[in-house]
Amino acid sequence: MDALLLARWQFGITSVYHFLFVPLTLGLSILVAIMETIYVRTGDETYKNMARFWGRLFLINFAMGVVTGIVQEFHFGMNWSEYSRFVGDIFGAPLAVEALAAFFLESTFLGLWIFGWEKLSPALHAACIWLVAFASNLSAFWILVANSFMQEPVGFTLRNGRAEMTDFFALLTNPHVLYQFPHTVLAGFVTAAFFVMGISAYHLLRQSQLEPFRRSFRLALIMGLIGSLLVAGIGHLQGQHLVATQPMKMAAAEALWDSADPAPLALVALVDQENQQNNLEIKIPALTSFLAYNSFRGEVKGLKELQAAAAEQYGPGNYIPPVAPVFWSFRLMIAAGLWLILLSLYSLYLWRKGLLESRPLVLKALLWSIPIPYLANTAGWFVAEVGRYPWIVYGLQRLEAAVSPGVSATAILTTLVAFTLLYGLLAVVDVYLLAKYARQGVVEQPPAGKMHPSGEVSLWI
Amino acid sequence: MDLNILWFILVTVLFTGFFFLEGFDYGVGILLPFVGRNDLERRMVINSIGPFWDSNEVWMLTAGGAMFAAFPHWYATLFSGFYLALFLILVALILRGVAFEFRSKDEKPAWRNLWDWLLFVGSLLPALLWGVAITNLIRGVPIDARMQFAGTFFDLLSPYTLLGGLAFLLVFTLQGGLFLALKSEGELKERSRQAALRAGAGAALALLLLVIMSYGVTDIFSRFLPGILLGSAFITLLLSLAGLYTRRYGPGFLMNGLTVILVTAGFFSGLFPRVMVSSLNPEWSITIYRAASSPYTLKVMTVVALTLVPIVLAYQGWTYWVFRQRVKARDLEY
Repeated sequence: MDALLLARWQFGITSVYHFLFVPLTLGLSILVAIMETIYVRTGDETYKNMARFWGRLFLINFAMGVVTGIVQEFHFGMNWSEYSRFVGDIFGAPLAVEALAAFFLESTFLGLWIFGWEKLSPALHAACIWLVAFASNLSAFWILVANSFMQEPVGFTLRNGRAEMTDFFALLTNPHVLYQFPHTVLAGFVTAAFFVMGISAYHLLRQSQLEPFRRSFRLALIMGLIGSLLVAGIGHLQGQHLVATQPMKMAAAEALWDSADPAPLALVALVDQENQQNNLEIKIPALTSFLAYNSFRGEVKGLKELQAAAAEQYGPGNYIPPVAPVFWSFRLMIAAGLWLILLSLYSLYLWRKGLLESRPLVLKALLWSIPIPYLANTAGWFVAEVGRYPWIVYGLQRLEAAVSPGVSATAILTTLVAFTLLYGLLAVVDVYLLAKYARQGVVEQPPAGKMHPSGEVSLWI
Repeated sequence: MDLNILWFILVTVLFTGFFFLEGFDYGVGILLPFVGRNDLERRMVINSIGPFWDSNEVWMLTAGGAMFAAFPHWYATLFSGFYLALFLILVALILRGVAFEFRSKDEKPAWRNLWDWLLFVGSLLPALLWGVAITNLIRGVPIDARMQFAGTFFDLLSPYTLLGGLAFLLVFTLQGGLFLALKSEGELKERSRQAALRAGAGAALALLLLVIMSYGVTDIFSRFLPGILLGSAFITLLLSLAGLYTRRYGPGFLMNGLTVILVTAGFFSGLFPRVMVSSLNPEWSITIYRAASSPYTLKVMTVVALTLVPIVLAYQGWTYWVFRQRVKARDLEY
């Protein structure tokens, strides 16, 4: 296997793995912050215990997000050095700002939150977790600014054989990031909401610790319902934007080989990439046109025409991404999203009627739906990143030009195997711990002893 | 002063901050198996750095990010060239990071023991390898005319760079010992002092050898400043040992912190205006001008950095104030 393919696999595996932990962080930090705020405002200890319980799960998850995130920062230099040289002028800036503006804030105030229960006033302590929540979401913004440049390059000029930044503000207001940021962050809120709803459902099912888990469920239900509706709505707008800016990606997501007006939507299809056709298609007429333009008319360009146009613009080559994986990931994401919307609507209905706790089947469905947002997140990134093939920066740099020339395939294979094994082992440990503490539930916290001021450390004695 | 120089200084400051801060928490991790005799003591050792280690690590991420943003060729050549070394650092940091969070989440002694040892290895490897990496920057590595690293992992290992790794490791261990002596009481404090004295003796020897060897192996003493800085580093290290010996741990800690700062500043100033020395041809060394981003990017990043760094320093400083007390057995989180 060649270095390029191995480097792509490594980036894919480590990124997907990293992004299993990020979305929960984005949403759960906010839920914990809300719980602690209610505690501070009402003095109701149940909310404090809830914040500590969900906070513990948050930390187990957060640790994994942090350590896998370090790998992501080093990746660009290690495996993609030519990419780093070509776009470092632009791409490095948001990464550096992410570290300066977000990571410092996040890690410092998380440390204060973990160790500060007895040392800070309740309001100040609650402010710490709000800062953590803010910083996590801010860091998502900066990383998506960087990613959006790869999808839709803006604010640059080609000079000295590389892309140089001409307008920092244009990077921040990249139309792509204006869709991608809310879509991704809200997907994180949904992930956290269903995580909390699922574990709460487990306890409601067992009739254990009803009060804290009823309250947790209610908070998460609101977040899950609003979140999943907004994710879908923004996803729709994002799709329309992509039809205009990355038509190849969307044609692959629809497995649309020939341009059509109006364009049908294939519900299922057996994609035959080699012969550029689909077998066994089930189609709904004009639906793709409708999704693209909110009108049942309008031409959507097909893969063949886009390939011809790309070959003319960029020279001969294959510009069609792997269609079947993109097509199915897209469907998986949408199906998962619809399931989450329906499940949260039905849960809301049962909740309002006071029937939820007498419906074990629904509670079980909620518990077993915890992985669904994870599937949707992964599938969504799959569409975004695989659909960008063969470009690392859309229209500017191709993948094969981006890989590190001096790093051997053997070196990448070694680290690929090692990362995969290590990540696999850590996944087992992490799930074991999450399940253990989720099952244990909300435990009353014993009052901690007060500190004696005599124990102070002075740097001068 | 042009922005390239300013950014060289900023990257130096970030690496210095990283070594200064994470140096002591690496050191605490390295000393963990030696000073913590039972689970409670080990928990106290780990909790002494509990509120700090994560934000200390961000200094490294920020240094890397700043290098990427300001000197993309430096970032690209360094990270692709030192591939396996950085991979080992990454694995170590992954295991170390989760060890903090996971070790007390289960009661079984075997479980805790495993994570404690991973915390030890995860602290030792980066401390050693960063020392190897920094000394390689000035010793020179095979870099060709196109700024590509043309060597292997084993080109990074020489008596000089291994000595550099050892010196960093021992200086950090000393720093960790001093920090633990500050933050603990009773037997744990006494044991930390003993461990720090041993590491400190080794650190003094290794640093002296490193400075002497740098004369022969590198060209950094062709200028005045690096020699002054590295020479002073040796003196502050001796002062730190004096503080440790007389049980004045606070000044000892600050003096050794100064050692870390002076060593890093010494090496980086010896490097300037290069960022990586080519062992193949001096002309091919990567400099702050060849490696840099466009003036526009440097300008944007300057505004960002000069706005944010003081804020970061302020709230991180506040954290150390909040957790200024000694670690007590009754309020352990990890």
